[in-house]
Amino acid sequence: MNSLFPFWSLGDERRTLGLGLAVLFGIAFGFVLERAGFGQARKLMGQFYGRDMTVLKVMFTAIVTAMLGVVILSGVGLFDLQGVQLRYPTFLWPMVAGGLVLGAGFVISGYCPGTSVVACASGKIDGLATIGGVVVGSVLYAELELALGTFPVSGALGSFTLPQWLGLPAAVVAAAVIGFALLAFLGAEKVERIVAARRASTGPAPVARR
Amino acid sequence: MSESARSDPNRFWNPYAAGVALGLVLLATHLVMGHGLGAVTASYRLGVATLDTVAPGHVRSVPALAEVVRQRSALDHWLVFEVLGMVLGGLLGAWSAGRLSREVARGPTFGAVPRLALAASGGVLMGFAGRLARGCTSGQALSGGALLSVGSWAFMFSVFAGGYITAYFVRRQWR
Repeated sequence: MNSLFPFWSLGDERRTLGLGLAVLFGIAFGFVLERAGFGQARKLMGQFYGRDMTVLKVMFTAIVTAMLGVVILSGVGLFDLQGVQLRYPTFLWPMVAGGLVLGAGFVISGYCPGTSVVACASGKIDGLATIGGVVVGSVLYAELELALGTFPVSGALGSFTLPQWLGLPAAVVAAAVIGFALLAFLGAEKVERIVAARRASTGPAPVARR
Repeated sequence: MSESARSDPNRFWNPYAAGVALGLVLLATHLVMGHGLGAVTASYRLGVATLDTVAPGHVRSVPALAEVVRQRSALDHWLVFEVLGMVLGGLLGAWSAGRLSREVARGPTFGAVPRLALAASGGVLMGFAGRLARGCTSGQALSGGALLSVGSWAFMFSVFAGGYITAYFVRRQWR
């Protein structure tokens, strides 16, 4: 099976159905993020102050789940993994720089772009302020892109995947990613215990829990 | 604040269960749409659409902006519809859990105005960075990460690094 409603061909008669499906996927995405606690800045920011590592746990579990799905389905010939990977080319340097700046923005704002939408939908005015900032920042990038010269296309490696980089079969890399995620989960649980113990021993916690 | 008798507003799904659910949504999107989820594209297109109503000539003179309005309206894109769905899904989730409340999330000793200023400033940085990196935590780290793209993984580790480097300097907004 290939994609039923590939986004690039949504100009045909299936377009309306495709856009309707996009709304449905968005509803599911927003609902799950909200239920994970990602509409709340304090919960998200727990990740960066060590008191609540939910962001890492949810993200890595989601990546492992979806990765297993695409690797297994492509392994049995039901999914064109390489075709979809072509839409995620690597431009190493702008991705590293963009990641560092986006991470800084995430902690300054309290939300990432997707979670700010969920926060706004659940009534958080600061979520709305973040969305406004993202609108301005993304247009600002378009205005300034030419001034950045060739940097936005530097480190161009095309469609370059971890299995290609490591020279290993996708199944082996998938197993390694699962192992890495399990280690990260053990580390996250440990950090939460250490930080909780330290907060309990240093007198009253600075932040009152609602 | 009114407490619902049947549900605790601070009760969330188990993070690993939420991760599996999120992963299944992402997998379904990849399978059906041939592309992962995203968040910055919709904001960008909203910005271009707004600019197009006040300065259409300017939009057509900047290549990156012109490309968005070349064939259709800037808002006529599936990722805009996906984010509209996110608003509905987030609203449904918050409402059904008794978490729907109009407020500025911040620490008890931090002012609402500086908090909103930080929220907007962080948003500007993320909008810029999300376009530079061709995706955000959703569109690059989650969506490309699950496809094992090297750039997506480099992006994801950079996001965590950038966050941890910055966290100390803005800790007061949660105190």
